[in-house]
Amino acid sequence: MSEKVKFGRSKVFFDTFHRRPGPIKKNMHYCPGCGHGILHKLIAEAIEYHGIQEDTNLIAPVGCAVFAYYYFNVGSISVPHGRAPAVATGVSRAKPESFVISYQGDGDLAAIGFNEFLQAANRGEKMTVFFVNNSNYGMTGGQMAPTTLPGQKTTTSPYGRNPETEGYPTPVCEIVNALTAPVYIERVALTTPGRVANAKKAVYKAIQNLKERKGFSLVEVVAPCPVNLKMSADQVNEFIEKQMLNYFPLGCLRDKTADMEPGKLPAPVIRDEESVRKILFPVRSENGVAADFRNSSAVFDQELRVKIGGFGGQGVLSLGVMLANMARLRNFNVSWMPSYGPEQRGGSACCAVTVSRNTIPSPIIDRGGNLLIAMTQAALDKYLPELRDDGVLIYDHTAVKLPQLPETMQTYGIDALAIADEKLGSSKFANSVLLGVLAAVLAKNGMNEADKADFDKAFAEAVEEKFGKKPGAVEANIKAYEAGKAAL
Amino acid sequence: MAKKFRVEVTADECKGCGRCIAVCPKKLLSRGKELNIQGYFAIIAENPGNCIGCGSCFYQCPEPGAITIFEEE
Repeated sequence: MSEKVKFGRSKVFFDTFHRRPGPIKKNMHYCPGCGHGILHKLIAEAIEYHGIQEDTNLIAPVGCAVFAYYYFNVGSISVPHGRAPAVATGVSRAKPESFVISYQGDGDLAAIGFNEFLQAANRGEKMTVFFVNNSNYGMTGGQMAPTTLPGQKTTTSPYGRNPETEGYPTPVCEIVNALTAPVYIERVALTTPGRVANAKKAVYKAIQNLKERKGFSLVEVVAPCPVNLKMSADQVNEFIEKQMLNYFPLGCLRDKTADMEPGKLPAPVIRDEESVRKILFPVRSENGVAADFRNSSAVFDQELRVKIGGFGGQGVLSLGVMLANMARLRNFNVSWMPSYGPEQRGGSACCAVTVSRNTIPSPIIDRGGNLLIAMTQAALDKYLPELRDDGVLIYDHTAVKLPQLPETMQTYGIDALAIADEKLGSSKFANSVLLGVLAAVLAKNGMNEADKADFDKAFAEAVEEKFGKKPGAVEANIKAYEAGKAAL
Repeated sequence: MAKKFRVEVTADECKGCGRCIAVCPKKLLSRGKELNIQGYFAIIAENPGNCIGCGSCFYQCPEPGAITIFEEE
């Protein structure tokens, strides 16, 4: 006599949870008696029943269920705390053939991610949200959650939740029921076999709505958390039945599925895969090392770490951008980080530019910089300690009085504003003058002829890129650059 | 002929939470006396052939494969 499996492990689960670290590969990581496991089984069965495993995307943010991707053999994304409905919206926009499930706990959905969740519900996104309500923050050890009952003791409400200071439990289903767009809202529990049967029906219905793309479905599951509530399996069921359900009455709050026509997800607005790939994966050599590294200067051995400081309006930030763009056009790794006061004009401005052959771990330059361009005394005083002893200092000699400096430091005093004013009739070309000065400095420090020419060419290309529509500006900037080169 | 069922608890996958004990209408399940590989007192099934195949224990169990119910053909 042969046997067949009547109730057993769903095919939507991995056979072996190979993604789970540690020796135990057949079990989930949840505590004994946790409601997540039961809901996982129901969802897996429903996905299997409706045959949507291939195109399902299960999105689980931070919470006990953050490792749902260990278990479900479907597309999975782990997202930041509370952002599952937002990411789910993104997935459904980008991949209209997908079925998107968001699986969230009460700390995640009702606290940190409540806005994302409500906005998605209000938009009527064609997704299904499973909301696991266990009356506390389970993952972090049982703190008070928005769903904690009045008087319930948790680690952060040791005298019991006091509604006067901490408010009342958040009735998520009732709040969503006030919105127009959602099509299906039901609250279920997992205590008795009868309740689980109802939960199963609700989960199957929600997954069917997902399959037929009827609209936003929400299933709230009042789940047991015996470990954090310090109860046995029987006690936690009694707690749910006698106490939690007073605040979270079970039942279907809304079911408009019969009135809804099966829909489909909107087509993506932009689907130029090539340009997306270009932005996400710029051309690089292996291991984050930039191709075509041409800096043969002795001073800037591996990296150009530049700090530029001055007044707002002196072109400090755009000088940094221009330098960064030049390096970007030559396929270096580049970072540019500005920092400036709230004023539009005046006030202090500063930016840090790193140009490197290797991966740039941080855009911040707080020590070990090898070039400082100081346009004001304040900038010099502030950023000089960040400059290496053998670094290069370019400063405005009319504005800056130099202190005692290490002998190894190279200093170049230049009045870029005056040069720009004199040669081009406007001080706004000072930043191009300074780039010319930088070219001259590089030339003095052993840059070879080919690289010198390439630096000039990179500048011309960067200017062309920025001012291509204004021919006069291109010409003037190149003239300023040449003036800077000649000034040193 | 009435259908015959058999309930099987995989001891090493059980965490011994005890949710299944109370729901079995035939009272077939009880807590075992031996620690399993994970360090829990796993549930054991006495007279597994008396199972009526209702699936209550399966749907109370949080583990995906700790309880399996077979139907004889």
